[in-house]
Amino acid sequence: MPLLRIDRIAAIVLRQFFLIRGSLARFLPLIIWVVVDMTLWGFLSRYLNTVASPGFNFVPALLGAVLLWDFFIRVSQGVTMAFLEEVWTRNFLNFFAAPLSIAEYLSGLVFTSIATSAIGLAAMLLLATLAFGLSFGVYGVMVYPFVLVLFLFGISIGVLASALVLRLGPAAEWFVWPIPALISPFAGVFYPLSSLPEWMQFISRLLPPAYVFESMRTILHGGAVPFRTLLTGAAIATGFLLLACATFLRVYRYAVRTGLLARYSAESVT
Amino acid sequence: MGDVLRVRNLRKTYGTLTAVDGVSFSVGRNEIVGLLGPNGAGKTTIINMILGVLEPAEGAIRIEDIDIAKHRTRALERTNFAAVYAPLPGNLTVAQNLRIFGMIYGVKNLSRRIDAVIEEFDLTHFRHTRCGVLSSGEQTRVSLAKAMLNEPNLLLLDEPTASLDPANARAIREKIVSVARRGAGGVLWTSHNMYEVEDVCDRILFLAHGKIVLEGDPKTLPAAHGKANLEELFIAVAAH
Repeated sequence: MPLLRIDRIAAIVLRQFFLIRGSLARFLPLIIWVVVDMTLWGFLSRYLNTVASPGFNFVPALLGAVLLWDFFIRVSQGVTMAFLEEVWTRNFLNFFAAPLSIAEYLSGLVFTSIATSAIGLAAMLLLATLAFGLSFGVYGVMVYPFVLVLFLFGISIGVLASALVLRLGPAAEWFVWPIPALISPFAGVFYPLSSLPEWMQFISRLLPPAYVFESMRTILHGGAVPFRTLLTGAAIATGFLLLACATFLRVYRYAVRTGLLARYSAESVT
Repeated sequence: MGDVLRVRNLRKTYGTLTAVDGVSFSVGRNEIVGLLGPNGAGKTTIINMILGVLEPAEGAIRIEDIDIAKHRTRALERTNFAAVYAPLPGNLTVAQNLRIFGMIYGVKNLSRRIDAVIEEFDLTHFRHTRCGVLSSGEQTRVSLAKAMLNEPNLLLLDEPTASLDPANARAIREKIVSVARRGAGGVLWTSHNMYEVEDVCDRILFLAHGKIVLEGDPKTLPAAHGKANLEELFIAVAAH
């Protein structure tokens, strides 16, 4: 496998930086939805604290969970948005007829997503801590593996969604947006997995976020730090990432073999 | 010093349709080779295969003796292209696009090189203009500036003057030829403008139904086949 060239990866990131810097319409969505979510769930958590039995704090349980879930969505969409920019500008031919490897291209998408999701995360942390008193201290150092597992899974979903659009054509863009909503009932963001029917729990056990949110609730209820649960989640997330990259590569090779890539802008689906 | 491009027994099929059928040719140093043929003859298919965005069913492509199937990145570092159907992203400025593609092609002293191609293709005034708002002639000049950024050994031009008025087309043509003659690379040029082909190409390849049916000097080939000019020859070959 050839070595990855930093300048080529940086070019992919720089392209997105130029786009976001020059467009308020691209910058605002990075923060606006997460700010709306934090505000909505912040007030709801605060209200629930006044009507529920004392002793349980809804802010880390609900607002913290929403923050982590929104982070996952931002990471995933950070990849797909950067990918879709090439679809919208019909730029695949220029990129893939250049000495840019798929690994370099995907790395560029990942670094772009790190940058854009960090902006969203910073906005959420600022609002959640200053306005609603959310403290990640309650999770201890486990907050880092929470973020890591969700990050890995977010990248995986972003790459898989991009592969889907590459395979099915620009019209398949609408597939990208509802993916997090489809996953959320199984992820147990707001409720323990035990409240789901057996068949849904089976699917949940295949999804890394379920392990994060179960671990989060265990800690909040005073249980022992669930290292094993998180390790399982991290292992599954790593598996998803490898699967997503392999799928993208396979779809790319198919597109090169069949001519789909060369005539991609014609919106053809075979 | 060998050829910059060698294509051997290239073949591409889509189901039962054969788009390119056992094509072999080469492009030498300082040589401009014209690839001619009617619509659907297989010209763009061949260019896409040379650029690595389309996999041949059979055959081999070597750029500077590097097999593109085995060493795609190394081969494409020495290549560049401009095509009317592949404009640079319209939501970035000329300078931004050139910087990004310069980084992808690994261009040394990139800032200086960007200045040079911007000046070469009269783009100074549009340096900070988004490509999407440029006229088609200006966009063609930007695509050519990008194609020259890495001073490619193999330059592929797919109808580079197709969207230009005659005056602009001539200016662009002269610019490309002057840049191409200066370096040690070769050019593969497709066009439907027979005057242009006769003017710039050292050698032409006539393609019909995915096969090379005629090859030679564009200045002598028509007479050798009893035709008054290249356009008449083209029509005769296409009809056959």
